Amino acid sequence: MIIKSAKKIKSSEITPEEVFLKRRELLQAAGLALGATTASMLPVNAVAASGEDPEGRKLDGVTAWPDSTTEKQTPWAQATSYNNFYELGTDKTDPQRNASRLVTEPWSVEINGECGKPGTYTLEDILKPHALEERVYRLRCVEAWSMVIPWVGFPLADLLKRFEPNGNARYVQFQTLHDPQRLPGQQYPVLQWPYVEGLRMDEAMHPLTLISVGMYGRVLPNQSGAPIRLVVPWKYGFKSIKSIVRITFTEEQPDTSWNLSAPREYGFYSNVNPQVSHPRWSQAKERRLDGDSKGLAALFAEKQETQLFNGYAEEVASLYADLDLKKNF
Amino acid sequence: MQMKVTGRSALTGARSADRWRSAIWLKPVVFLLCLLPLIYNAAGVVQGTLGPNPVEAILHDFGLWSLRLLLVTLCVTPVQMIFRWGAVAKLRRMLGLFAFFYAMLHFTVWLVLDQQLSVSSALADIVEKKYITIGMMALVGLLVLAVTSNRWSVRRLGVRWKSLHRVIYPLAVLTIIHYLWQVRANDVLEPAAYLAVLLVLMLWRFFRLVK
Repeated sequence: MIIKSAKKIKSSEITPEEVFLKRRELLQAAGLALGATTASMLPVNAVAASGEDPEGRKLDGVTAWPDSTTEKQTPWAQATSYNNFYELGTDKTDPQRNASRLVTEPWSVEINGECGKPGTYTLEDILKPHALEERVYRLRCVEAWSMVIPWVGFPLADLLKRFEPNGNARYVQFQTLHDPQRLPGQQYPVLQWPYVEGLRMDEAMHPLTLISVGMYGRVLPNQSGAPIRLVVPWKYGFKSIKSIVRITFTEEQPDTSWNLSAPREYGFYSNVNPQVSHPRWSQAKERRLDGDSKGLAALFAEKQETQLFNGYAEEVASLYADLDLKKNF
Repeated sequence: MQMKVTGRSALTGARSADRWRSAIWLKPVVFLLCLLPLIYNAAGVVQGTLGPNPVEAILHDFGLWSLRLLLVTLCVTPVQMIFRWGAVAKLRRMLGLFAFFYAMLHFTVWLVLDQQLSVSSALADIVEKKYITIGMMALVGLLVLAVTSNRWSVRRLGVRWKSLHRVIYPLAVLTIIHYLWQVRANDVLEPAAYLAVLLVLMLWRFFRLVK
């Protein structure tokens, strides 16, 4: 399982057709981005508008998870052109524009800390034993907008168990790739790089917590955190860390990037909670971005009430039975 | 730039450079330029090209243009002095009024489309969220300057008019603080750039005063 074996490297040297196809797409994306830059006085989203249908390699053998929400899904073009991924730029449209900078092959994930099987695993090794399922989750951003995304992935718990966390493992920390060449936003000290996130062990092992490798039936686009990311549907979106390269089992509560940046505004838990305002804006309502209304009507689309734990209270409220949610925001 | 001489400026016999500088079309052209952000956003909304969240897009863009035009307004006097370009002074009031116009659009979008006309939540935000309090103060200040920008007020207020309208400097400071305080993480490059421009303008004023 540990990659240091030479065998694995050999097999990955045979560049399959799909990689070539992907490179072509990346070049295409770069070309489009260049065009968009020169025409920057034109409405910004011209790039997104050109690709209404999902792109990227299709994932096979994906089963449907029975408990998916049936709410209207955010169109692929919107979900991939309106992103918070500061490593690829701080404007919502930057991550799509800079997506081609993030080369995701080869990729490996380092597992360390309080567990029986630490080591560096190739993405292939990480994914091999897991059957993929499609789960449609609500995604609530801390900025008071929300989307509905059909993720493809598998429960994080199934992955973590393989590394045999020991009795000291009370938390899990995740880390995003740190490479200012591939993630050019890291050339600016907007946040403390690399991006880190964390969960309590019981949150990490909760059946709703997902490791995602795809969305809309395809591999994750780079701006959505390719090739492997976390999805925690009852927490604000920034907890669902993208482009993971390290998972660490810890005894102490780990640092998390937004908490380091503004501890008053972003707590470790960051559970979706309409009762607990962000110091600078209310969390009571959210703007659902699902492409339902267009043109002028989109301006007057009504916001909806935000639900406690983003509507997953029935499943997760018991995790926080003893916790003052106002103090532990 | 060689322009065909038009009647009035030909009579003055000014050099060709002065002619286009004081040209009669200067003001209408700048007027149309100042409308471009509005046209861009209106077209973007209708065509659906402002991304999934057009309310946020126009809210931010109107606010940005209000600040930019405020700074452009403050550039008028230095440009007039440095380039000995008297005619540019004619643009000052119009530019200032456009800064106010975009501030009003910014506020209206916030109240009607963002707060969805919920007066209670809007008032709560104005009281509780510091950056909104400051934004409202700047808006009220700009409103006072806008309604006293006519000839009648200038005459009526006399010497006090000038000191009243110097308030535009603190209002620009408030506007930039309003922007800085809603930045997330350390993403301060753009507001810091506006702050730098404002500081240069204020220093220029200060040194002229000292001289």
